[in-house]
Amino acid sequence: MRRAGTSRSGRDAGAGTMAATFFGEVVKAPCRAGTEDEEEEEEEGKRETAEDREVRRQLARKREVRLFRRQTKTSLEVSLLEKYPCSKFIIAIGNNAVAFLSSFVMSSGVWEEVGCANLWNEWCRTTDTTHLSPAEAFCVFYHLKSSPSVVLCQCSCYVAEDQQYQWLEKVFGSCARKNMQVTILTCRHVTDYKTSESTSSLHSPFLKALKTQNFKEPPCCSLLEQPNIVHDLPAAVLSYCQVWRIPAVLYLCYTDVMKLDLITVEAFKPILSSRSLKGLVKNIPQSTEILKKLMTTNEIQSNIYT
Amino acid sequence: MFVPCGESVPDLAGYTFLMPAVSVGNVGQLAMDLIISTLNMCKIGYFYTDCLVPMVGNNPYATAEENSTELSINAEIYALPSKKLVALQLRSIFIKYKSKPFCEKLLSWVKSSNCAKVIVLSSSHSYHRNDLQLRSTPFRYLLTPCVQKSVQTKIMSLNWEEMEKSPCIPEIDDSEFCIRIPGGGITKTLYDEGCSFVPYQRSVLKNVPCALLLLSRVFCMYLLGLTQCCVSLLFPFQSACRLLKSPVITVALYVVLPSVLSVFAS
Repeated sequence: MRRAGTSRSGRDAGAGTMAATFFGEVVKAPCRAGTEDEEEEEEEGKRETAEDREVRRQLARKREVRLFRRQTKTSLEVSLLEKYPCSKFIIAIGNNAVAFLSSFVMSSGVWEEVGCANLWNEWCRTTDTTHLSPAEAFCVFYHLKSSPSVVLCQCSCYVAEDQQYQWLEKVFGSCARKNMQVTILTCRHVTDYKTSESTSSLHSPFLKALKTQNFKEPPCCSLLEQPNIVHDLPAAVLSYCQVWRIPAVLYLCYTDVMKLDLITVEAFKPILSSRSLKGLVKNIPQSTEILKKLMTTNEIQSNIYT
Repeated sequence: MFVPCGESVPDLAGYTFLMPAVSVGNVGQLAMDLIISTLNMCKIGYFYTDCLVPMVGNNPYATAEENSTELSINAEIYALPSKKLVALQLRSIFIKYKSKPFCEKLLSWVKSSNCAKVIVLSSSHSYHRNDLQLRSTPFRYLLTPCVQKSVQTKIMSLNWEEMEKSPCIPEIDDSEFCIRIPGGGITKTLYDEGCSFVPYQRSVLKNVPCALLLLSRVFCMYLLGLTQCCVSLLFPFQSACRLLKSPVITVALYVVLPSVLSVFAS
């Protein structure tokens, strides 16, 4: 349940957090507590000029999360779920989860786009979200035309840790929305999965779940065991739901292929029988065909010769 | 902000507030896990904040199948009403530039809850010890001015050693001396905030009674290019065992913890 930060020289410029490797070279060693950053921040704070503060302010403004409607090119003045109250909120984070929802859920109904998140960080440099190509990272919100209280989010861009809280505020708002259920789908690499069992007995991809206290129905797979934890946007959404007592479930697919992969996407299939997705999926064989087509298109795009 | 688990906000007036600093070897956090699991403290709420990296996992203090599926997040509050003890557990690191705002928000809440005292469990790099410190126990304490009188006698009876001041700029010979806690994370910030005394203004952070316990100056072993921190803990509980990465058992913390609680949680 801890994370390491990277080492900086900080205050102890002479000693630093140096370590000798087996081969005798001296390198900067990471500190598991991630505390060196704090000392450096303190020093920076004392040395900061007005110019530094302005640069920091501009960077913060650049990293702001903005929600807007692509059709009208206007920003949302209130949070998304304040403008579009929902009883079901389903979010896919990462390309495999997004492909699953695209093929099985979005292809089974008519969905209208209600918003798009524009954000910039070191991994997601989307500046113009009005003309997104399918291959670009994006975060788009839809609601079902026949039942507008079902809202879906397809998020294939990385939301950095300093943007996650803002994202939550822009989507959920600051008031807790109790009368809704949240479903989160995402993937992690199987090397992140900690278990005392032999790794040869692990057949990836496999599904694990985490649920909030108020989520009463049984999940579609076994729960994620200790000491495994989840980070990033899925953790931010689930934390929000746990704190504000919203029933929510996170389905986490551990896979050894993080890029778009048919077997990984199909590992989410047990969720089709859950209450969240029941009624939203019409024709599974047809959806499987759509998924296969999506894979083929993507494979051509990712050919190193093209 | 504090969000209670139940409908009502618990009354924490007069409670002792125990918290870890995210520091080298995660000693404070590991100690907090031991305290929470040993005393079987119950979760009373969350400290929901944008200052910490989000994380979730299942209950780390699970004792049975029934309670193993409770979700835990990055900052949770536990309480033991019989000992008037309230504990904060932090499970992730601070987002860049957010450590100071966190300290301010936390201390502000602690003050508004009318907690009697704050105890911070922390650690510091052992390679910063001078010759004298190397020969003594790896445990130090620090008190803010308003706590000193009330607990001084008890601390003296326990033979605890106060944290020594060290040169502010080690490279300069005639440098001034100050309290330095390298690797201590927000420990120094909490200490400074706790000490801050604003004579003619009303300040919410004025004179927060604060005791900082550097529970273990972590002995750092350089191994294969990584700074491996050997955490000295005695852990009788399976849940605590699972959380430790490099368990090396000593008596120091096991002896110290009951003393800590007897001094400050009375």
